[in-house]
Amino acid sequence: MAIDGENRAAKAPADVASGAAAIIQVPTESWFRTPAATRVGVILLIVLFWEFGARIYNDPDFMAPATQSLVSLFEIVQDVEVLTAIYDMFWQLAVAFAMSLVAGLMLGMAVGISRPTYRTFFPIILMVYAFPQITVLPLLVLMFGIGPAIKVVFGFTHGFFPIIVNVIAGAQNINPALLTAAKSMGASRSQIYRRIVFPHLVPSLFTGMRLGMTATLLGIILAELYATRKGIGYFTSFYAESFEPHNLFALVTMIATAAIILNELLRRAETRFGRWRG
Amino acid sequence: MTDSKIRIRLIQVSMFAVIFVAWFIATETESVSNLFLPKLGDVATDFRDLIGSGDAWSPLSVTLFELVVAFFNAVVFGTSIGYLVSRSKFLMRAFEPMFSSMFAVPLIIFYPLALLFFGLGPGSKIAIGSALGFFPVVLNTINGFGHVDAGYMRVARSMGAKGFPMFRRVLLPAALPIILTGYRIGFILCFLSIVGGETIGSFSGLGHQIVYYAESMLTSMMFAYIIFIVIIAYILNSLVFYMERKGNYY
Repeated sequence: MAIDGENRAAKAPADVASGAAAIIQVPTESWFRTPAATRVGVILLIVLFWEFGARIYNDPDFMAPATQSLVSLFEIVQDVEVLTAIYDMFWQLAVAFAMSLVAGLMLGMAVGISRPTYRTFFPIILMVYAFPQITVLPLLVLMFGIGPAIKVVFGFTHGFFPIIVNVIAGAQNINPALLTAAKSMGASRSQIYRRIVFPHLVPSLFTGMRLGMTATLLGIILAELYATRKGIGYFTSFYAESFEPHNLFALVTMIATAAIILNELLRRAETRFGRWRG
Repeated sequence: MTDSKIRIRLIQVSMFAVIFVAWFIATETESVSNLFLPKLGDVATDFRDLIGSGDAWSPLSVTLFELVVAFFNAVVFGTSIGYLVSRSKFLMRAFEPMFSSMFAVPLIIFYPLALLFFGLGPGSKIAIGSALGFFPVVLNTINGFGHVDAGYMRVARSMGAKGFPMFRRVLLPAALPIILTGYRIGFILCFLSIVGGETIGSFSGLGHQIVYYAESMLTSMMFAYIIFIVIIAYILNSLVFYMERKGNYY
């Protein structure tokens, strides 16, 4: 995943640049032939396929058409329990993500700042990152119960690693000459961190934050699906088991949309704050 | 080995040693309940039983079967769709952002849906594994075939290459490393989501085994299974890394 993150970090600015260049080069492109319009068209096609597929398949226990799911969406958000579940999930996401961000940034800077600590601890971090965390979920449930704690913990352990790996990679990319120069000109430790280390970290930090946000959400949802009694994951399983696919589709689509929006916000921030390096 | 290398290894080894000694002391003195953290000796005994009795092979074969089918689906669909998209700049600009934002959705949320459609058997794990493995494969295929150095293409074209020779001699060698990385990431995601699916809802497979022993409060057997899965994951990881390097060498 770390490799994937770097790939995408390297790719994102280029993407934007080529997109911008194309728009400047071809001002005559008509609106319905832009990539965005094609995208909307494909999404509409998928929704149409969903709508008519469900109507033709016609088994209300397993499939619900798009329109019916949309109606259900307005129904389920009036259910206090579902609303609480959504609200709970977002504050758990916020807490777990804040914890991963602080821990990942602090430890990442501590490990990434010097060559010996990097060579000592980075292989261990990568090794733990590769560990399939889902295997210890039952154990964590034994320890933390099935309340909100398990979700925050599991979200944290998922979100922490993409952030720390990207922070370390970013810190390792700082040109040592800059640090030597700053030191020789008498910069204090805090000045070095504020003026050199931190600005260089920002682009990879945002990549880490984006991947970490997705991973945190994944961790929370996994924990909810495995064992909770009132989370979003619980309601998705509940709707599936009680053969209410319209509610299931509504809820799942809503969470997926929220995930896409969060990711898009962080991707915008990533290109915005990575821009200073040119 | 240089001096600093030895020092680094020493710190790493002593870190693990401290963890194991702490584990040993905590469990032997019963300051941590054996329900949460079993004794090291018990885990070792159970692990030996697990391998010796051959109990692990049947869940392992279920998981590996799901993994192979799911990864096959991900590769076939991911590579072909990725290749088709990469043939046009326009399609790339339209679809690449779409795939990459869909990749950000925790697709495991669709797992109850997969359970609804395909039941508790291998079908639902194959579905979720294929879906998760598809995205890295398709994204890296688009990236690989779509960003071949325009200089290579121009040179090859001016020398009269087109059609299959062009693909075989220019496009494929240039794109292969990126595509293989996509395969590797896709494979790992397949494995993780399949084990995850087995943990959440299943009646066979390695993930199910862990849940079974956790719920029967046989924590030492559960740890034995966790170690087993970690070893399997390590072997699979090394295998795909090896294949990736082999493929790049070619």
